[in-house]
Amino acid sequence: MEALRHLISPGDLSRAETDRILDLADEIIAAPDEYSAKCRGKKIATLFYEPSTRTRLSFEAAMLELGGGVLGFSSADSSSATKGESVADTVRTVENFADIIAIRHPKEGAAAVAARYAAIPVINAGDGGHLHPTQTLTDLLTIRSLRAHHSLDGFTIGLCGDLMFGRTVHSLVKALMERDGVRFVLISPKELRLPAYLLDELRERAIPFEEVEHLDAVMPSLDVLYMTRVQKERFFNEQDYVRLRDSYILDAEKMRLAKEDMMVLHPLPRVNEIAAEVDADARAAYFKQMWYGKYARMALILALLGLCPVLGQPA
Amino acid sequence: MNVDSIERGVVIDHIAAGKGMDIVRLLDLEKMTCPVAVIRNARSGKIGKKDIIKIEDEIDVNLDVLGFIDPNITVNIIEDSRIVEKRRIAPPNQVVNVVQCKNPRCITSTERDLPQIFLRKPGSKVYRCRYCEQEYQPRD
Repeated sequence: MEALRHLISPGDLSRAETDRILDLADEIIAAPDEYSAKCRGKKIATLFYEPSTRTRLSFEAAMLELGGGVLGFSSADSSSATKGESVADTVRTVENFADIIAIRHPKEGAAAVAARYAAIPVINAGDGGHLHPTQTLTDLLTIRSLRAHHSLDGFTIGLCGDLMFGRTVHSLVKALMERDGVRFVLISPKELRLPAYLLDELRERAIPFEEVEHLDAVMPSLDVLYMTRVQKERFFNEQDYVRLRDSYILDAEKMRLAKEDMMVLHPLPRVNEIAAEVDADARAAYFKQMWYGKYARMALILALLGLCPVLGQPA
Repeated sequence: MNVDSIERGVVIDHIAAGKGMDIVRLLDLEKMTCPVAVIRNARSGKIGKKDIIKIEDEIDVNLDVLGFIDPNITVNIIEDSRIVEKRRIAPPNQVVNVVQCKNPRCITSTERDLPQIFLRKPGSKVYRCRYCEQEYQPRD
């Protein structure tokens, strides 16, 4: 019997496994009909303790397009969490009714707890300000698909905004550290710098990076610009949130400084950090990014359920 | 109890000055019924000032806890007033239910009956929470 695999952190997948999942996503995009019944008889449980539009609907659409079914809850209020049920007991309940779990929870490490107790694969769909590995698969698939050479090596990425609490940023940095020749430009106010554990890892692995406070000056050097929202729910203090929320706003004027083939990504939702005028710019890839997200999740579901042979034994 | 020497028991030596009481707490020595002495700020040729703990009983000291606090600590087993064994301390790869994660956003702050696990980063003395990856910051 194959060992149970989960996706809690991007590091749970080797570089080769990640590439094979992205390849599978490409194959699904090319021939979706061939995959439309792969999950017949299977169900995904989407356990969302925190609000979500894109991620939950993307998981559900992914499973439906694979011919499977969907069950779950979309807020903690509509689950037994309101009665004080633990994450461990919740997953031990849900595993009786579903074949795979996607969990989003406001607490960091919640998905790791779910994986510890579940007898079925668990996917981290976002755990507080910690990680969001399926957004990373989405980001990697988008970058690889839209870059001229379809490569995830040898480019400069600027990550802008809330790097402290931005779980999509943490996951993406972790994943891109495994690639060759990726240079990081970290653009944030001092209060929202990338966490020390990630900065330490960049230094230890001699991966080139710079930390800057202003977006304009670095725009011309970027191949990818990854914008993020300053998230109110990550702050304990309303004053800090109000002070920092408008730190970085991308508009048409700043886009004029960028390379002609730079791509702008954003995990969405945005508030005001990308002006609506940028949407019409051919370099704005954030809506296409969502489209890729469904295919990345379809590939991941097939991989974790063992329905397509893309995963090796766990490291 | 003579704090200069014990007949039979355990001497935990070369504890960084100020850490002795942390070790008393982490090893639950407060609950022991045998004589336990904590010597604080003793002179040390090796580290300047040090704390020493002497326990006049045969106990199985949790070396993982000591290795987690400071792998330079030494543990001497005493029989007939002589050191019969010096135990080597090494930083353990993980510690379970020794310290709590201090990150208020960590799942360990709300999930019941969840073991508090800290994993050592390979090749370093840094420990991170198994769940949220926050680094353990000892009190200074």
